[in-house]
Amino acid sequence: MTIGLFIPCYIDQFYPQVGRATLELLQKAGCRVEYPLAQTCCGQPMANSGCETDARAAYAHFVDTFAPYDYIVAPSGSCTYHVRKHFDILEQTDTVHQVRQRTLDLCEFLHDVLQIEQLDSHFPHRVALHQSCHGLRGLRLGPDSERREQRPNKPTALLRMVKGLELVELQRADECCGFGGTFAVAQPDISVKMGRDRIADHEAAGAEVVTAGDMSCLMHLEGIVRRQQRPLRVLHIAEILNGARL
Amino acid sequence: MSQHATKAHAFLANEERANWHDQSLWMVREKRDRASGQIPDWEQLRDCASGIKDHVLANLDNYLEEFEAHALANGVQVHWARNAAEHNTIVEGILRKHNARRVVKSKSMLTEECQLNEHLHRQGIEVIDTDLGERIIQLLEEPPSHIVMPAIHLKKEEIGELFHQKLGTQAGATDPKYLTEAARHHLRARFMESDAAITGVNFAIAETGGIVVCTNEGNADMGVHLAPVQIHCMGIEKIIPKAEHLGVFTRLLGRSATGQPITVFTSHFHQPEPGREMHIVLVDNGRTEQLGREKFRNSLKCIRCGACMNTCPIYRRSGGHSYGATVPGPIGSILTPGQDLKRYSDLPFASTLCGSCSDVCPVKINIHEQLYEWRQEIARQHELPASKRLSMRIAGWVLASPARYRFFGKWARRALQWLPRWMVYHRLNAWGKGREMPEPPRQSFKEWYQNEKPKQS
Ligand code: SF4
Repeated sequence: MTIGLFIPCYIDQFYPQVGRATLELLQKAGCRVEYPLAQTCCGQPMANSGCETDARAAYAHFVDTFAPYDYIVAPSGSCTYHVRKHFDILEQTDTVHQVRQRTLDLCEFLHDVLQIEQLDSHFPHRVALHQSCHGLRGLRLGPDSERREQRPNKPTALLRMVKGLELVELQRADECCGFGGTFAVAQPDISVKMGRDRIADHEAAGAEVVTAGDMSCLMHLEGIVRRQQRPLRVLHIAEILNGARL
Repeated sequence: MSQHATKAHAFLANEERANWHDQSLWMVREKRDRASGQIPDWEQLRDCASGIKDHVLANLDNYLEEFEAHALANGVQVHWARNAAEHNTIVEGILRKHNARRVVKSKSMLTEECQLNEHLHRQGIEVIDTDLGERIIQLLEEPPSHIVMPAIHLKKEEIGELFHQKLGTQAGATDPKYLTEAARHHLRARFMESDAAITGVNFAIAETGGIVVCTNEGNADMGVHLAPVQIHCMGIEKIIPKAEHLGVFTRLLGRSATGQPITVFTSHFHQPEPGREMHIVLVDNGRTEQLGREKFRNSLKCIRCGACMNTCPIYRRSGGHSYGATVPGPIGSILTPGQDLKRYSDLPFASTLCGSCSDVCPVKINIHEQLYEWRQEIARQHELPASKRLSMRIAGWVLASPARYRFFGKWARRALQWLPRWMVYHRLNAWGKGREMPEPPRQSFKEWYQNEKPKQS
């Protein structure tokens, strides 16, 4: 089994350490991982702005790049969701269909495919999980607060395997952080207000670190934390699972 | 900035008030969570309601005719209105025939949509909204900011002041009980002297020809029982096939709207009292067109519970008036572009596509997916701002090619590294308004993978 590692564009450019943590984590779990150098982006920025047609070439390029792999794993619920949900505007050849089906978010892959039961990492801190919307309500990585149903929470299950880590409870377990792609710049006032409210909730819960399966939410939250010079830290879930230290 | 963004900016200028608004609505959402949690098969109930509504929409023509036939047989007069203007003319005609000058009204978003009050006022007919929230905003001459709690944006001090001025209550009074009592007295007189009563409709049952109105204050009953003429105005999508289906919806409606197991009153109207008249006005006003749009059709399943507003993190932080539409919030943002794409083209973008609305909706409308689809439609019809259109075209071009992507990525990171702060954080950088930009690393993951990684192993 060979995994094609998909590192979303903004992680590639701004958070290479998240890419490295993902790669190492998968390798430690015994996977053969390749990172195809031709990759660019899933096309979500254009599509969410209404310009799906401008994203089509990026979609086709994604499919070509990742077609050879058994699984395509990304440290992002949002990009994964985009590939699975919105690549429907391409002609649905067998290849397109397979690439869509085989693209998994990192937590999903660790939990469902590898079914890992333990991790060799230690993170003695109070951590709050920000449940990114596309992972939560798009990929159903866990139960959300709206629906009345039982299902495992995959990111939480993984975080519980980290020694010393204390998960704190939030007042609003899964409210959106306000990033929303181009929303963050089209509606900066609400976007920042939503982010500030999430941060206040995390701080009130006594969190030292906020983690999430999506770096985009964390980029937004971190931007506010740094502007306001708060002590809260952000780390992608891959970094914590891979044994990061503060 | 878009209209919605501009109004949101103004709304958020008073942060304390914005927090209060957010928290009031979140409390309603939490009540809904508790109430829905008490029903073990809540999700099956949603499936069931959604299925019934889908079935109705697929067979709407038949059910409408069936409904009309039964209503006529019950002695009800049935009218059909293609649009808001026809609706208003029909209602005016009925009122004129009875020489009605004073009308009481309860629970109707449809008449708000058709702007019936304004129309009748111009004809010299007085309309009094009798539900407390509606009456408050009528006295204030403001549009509703929520479909279930139209005055939710107002604080009790403001209502006290308004009542002091308009109804003569004590200055500075804020006790909700006292104010409600005052409103009740004021309205009682209007009920007694009314010549006609208008209500909205929550459900119209094809099998019986009867209609159902769900209220908490009982004003629909009061109005109808006291006035010699009753008029019920409804959108054509309010039909359900059988009386036995009603329970599915009443169980969902109250719980989703306010966390009540059921609304205080569920009033059934089937036929006029002897010697009186009962009219039903069936209104299209763009609904048939929406029915014809495959991707947006199921927005017509809406039972107007307001849960998508209470849960929406944007609505709670921008207020109902920021949408500039009769129905605000997530459901409004997928209904209004169908009515006037140009005018409402910013609303589908007033969302992060978080999906909370779709999961809270009792009839399972895929609201956030329709927001996404409207965005595509708006771009197709050239209603996107030119700058956005261009930047997306460029982004698409860059991201389709590994070489271009690499070049521009490196260039952007360098720029962020070397440019002085004032050139990065300025008026045009919306990101930088309340946030720092990410700190650009020396090399991208790709560069590391190519250059450094081989050295390690
Ligand atoms: S769309 Fe759904 S949640 Fe929103 S008002 Fe209608 S029925 Fe209620």
